Amino acid sequence: MSVLEIRGLQVSVNTENGTVEILKGVDLTIKSGETHAIMGPNGSGKSTLAYSIAGHPKYTITGGSVTLDGADVLDMTVDERAKAGLFLAMQYPVEVPGVSVSNFLRTAATALRGEAPKLRTWVAEVKGAMEALNMDPAFAARNVNEGFSGGEKKRHEIMQLELLKPKMAILDETDSGLDVDALRIVSEGVNRAKANNDLGVLLITHYTRILKYIKPDFVHVFANGKIVEEGGPDLADKLEANGYADYVSK
Amino acid sequence: MSVLTTNYLTPTGREEAWRFTPLKRLRGLHNGSASISDRNSLVAKAALPKGVSFTRESLAPLAASDDIIIERIRGAASDVSHLAIAANVEIQEPIFLTRIAGALDSAELSRVRISLGTHAVATVIVENIGDTLLAEDLEISLAPGSSLTFVSLQEFDSKSVYTARHHAVVDKDAVFKSITVTVGGDVVRILPTVEFIAPGGSAELLGVYFATTGQFFEHRMHVDHAVPNAKSRVNFKGALAGKDAHTVWIGDVLIRAVAQGTDTYELNRNLLLTDGARADSVPNLEIETGEIVGAGHASTTGRFDDEQLFYLMSRGISLENARRLVVRGFFNEIITEIGNEEVQERLMERIDGELERAGA
Repeated sequence: MSVLEIRGLQVSVNTENGTVEILKGVDLTIKSGETHAIMGPNGSGKSTLAYSIAGHPKYTITGGSVTLDGADVLDMTVDERAKAGLFLAMQYPVEVPGVSVSNFLRTAATALRGEAPKLRTWVAEVKGAMEALNMDPAFAARNVNEGFSGGEKKRHEIMQLELLKPKMAILDETDSGLDVDALRIVSEGVNRAKANNDLGVLLITHYTRILKYIKPDFVHVFANGKIVEEGGPDLADKLEANGYADYVSK
Repeated sequence: MSVLTTNYLTPTGREEAWRFTPLKRLRGLHNGSASISDRNSLVAKAALPKGVSFTRESLAPLAASDDIIIERIRGAASDVSHLAIAANVEIQEPIFLTRIAGALDSAELSRVRISLGTHAVATVIVENIGDTLLAEDLEISLAPGSSLTFVSLQEFDSKSVYTARHHAVVDKDAVFKSITVTVGGDVVRILPTVEFIAPGGSAELLGVYFATTGQFFEHRMHVDHAVPNAKSRVNFKGALAGKDAHTVWIGDVLIRAVAQGTDTYELNRNLLLTDGARADSVPNLEIETGEIVGAGHASTTGRFDDEQLFYLMSRGISLENARRLVVRGFFNEIITEIGNEEVQERLMERIDGELERAGA
């Protein structure tokens, strides 16, 4: 049983116009097996929350804490956070020219497992993960995210989620840019990871449609850098009907 | 042992061709003060296949040169190490030439010829290794319809000084591809040059270089489109790490008035891995006719992409390994063109080692 605890998290970024505070005190607790949806309008700070937890150097933590099973996440380097069990599925996965998907996955698995996976079982593992996400086997030889379609990038992210087996996953707008079929396939991948690894999920989204496939236990409405309302799955239905207008105007 | 005559002009460093080169570190190759040995270090690594010979012969130069060191070599050495691939011979496996018996206290003046008969097909890999003082006039002759992949590996130890011209003369419909790799030595200065002597030929000059602390690597292309309908591509990628690592890439492409239907593009990309290193990149396209298919150039110099490192590290990969992956990936595009796994992996490991040594 793992617990990711976010307490009073405040984050700012440096821009041309000086320092801008984006997160204004976020409190959130996610336990293994739970799925929390964070919903909010564009620019509310949802992605900043995701990248701050993962340790992107662009963001400066100005207050609060993030712990995973009591360990101080904010004190860890980016790779240490991954080793501690955190995973971020990115909205815009980065191209790494000249590095093949298979080399990348094996390097990551080696780093996270502490030893290189046995070649024979590893090949089968990767093949299985790709088949489960309807991915062409030729994909493994392509360079990481280079020339991938939007849907391929998201499948590649979820394939990593399944292979690397984190404790807590943050999915940053994984649904954006996916057609209905791809959304279903990607969602099934997340649900498998939940079922197989008792994964805790922080699902960041603008729209409610992914929640038809990945059922949240809790829904948090995010606006202006903090959580402004919390509830169960029915809160998503309310947002579907009314939009974010109530929260933005506050 | 003899001492070079000084009948030729000695470069001062003010000349365009020499303005980047640290002349003082050339150990006297440029001004005739180096003592000359009769070393002849280039040997075939294995038995040669049928239709291939490697002999010492007296040969006149294929093409004139305005490089002062090449002139000195020609003035002193008439014998040429000649690798000849007979007409219509097609060889799948690469032919390896390698170096024996280098030395730093005296200079070897080397003349090499690689010649392909009509419609011959071959890959030649030259391994330049050890610590040595070496000036080389390497000429390549491609008869009509022949095809050569020429791989030149500068895997020298840290004190070597190597100055060379690798000049290809490309006849009708011949295909020349070169991959120049420079990862070792103190000073390496190579002039990869091409001249087309009949229409329909193509030349692809690829290269990678990785200079670390104090190393100077210069690659100075010259592609002469003197006939119609020839195609050329240049793509060199370099990385630099450590104080006073310095690389120079010059891409001179000349499209003469008669060279209608020319198709050319040249590209140089540099990755600065630390502060204190310097990459000079000078594309230079001279076009004397507008009746061409295409002509272009690009040059970029950048640093580690933080987003790439973040992405890799967010999957548990350490900063050190993430950098290694990015650098390997950067070079991969060119290195895989060699087409020999063993050589490719050896070079990648050398690159890993250089990266580690430079502490980047």
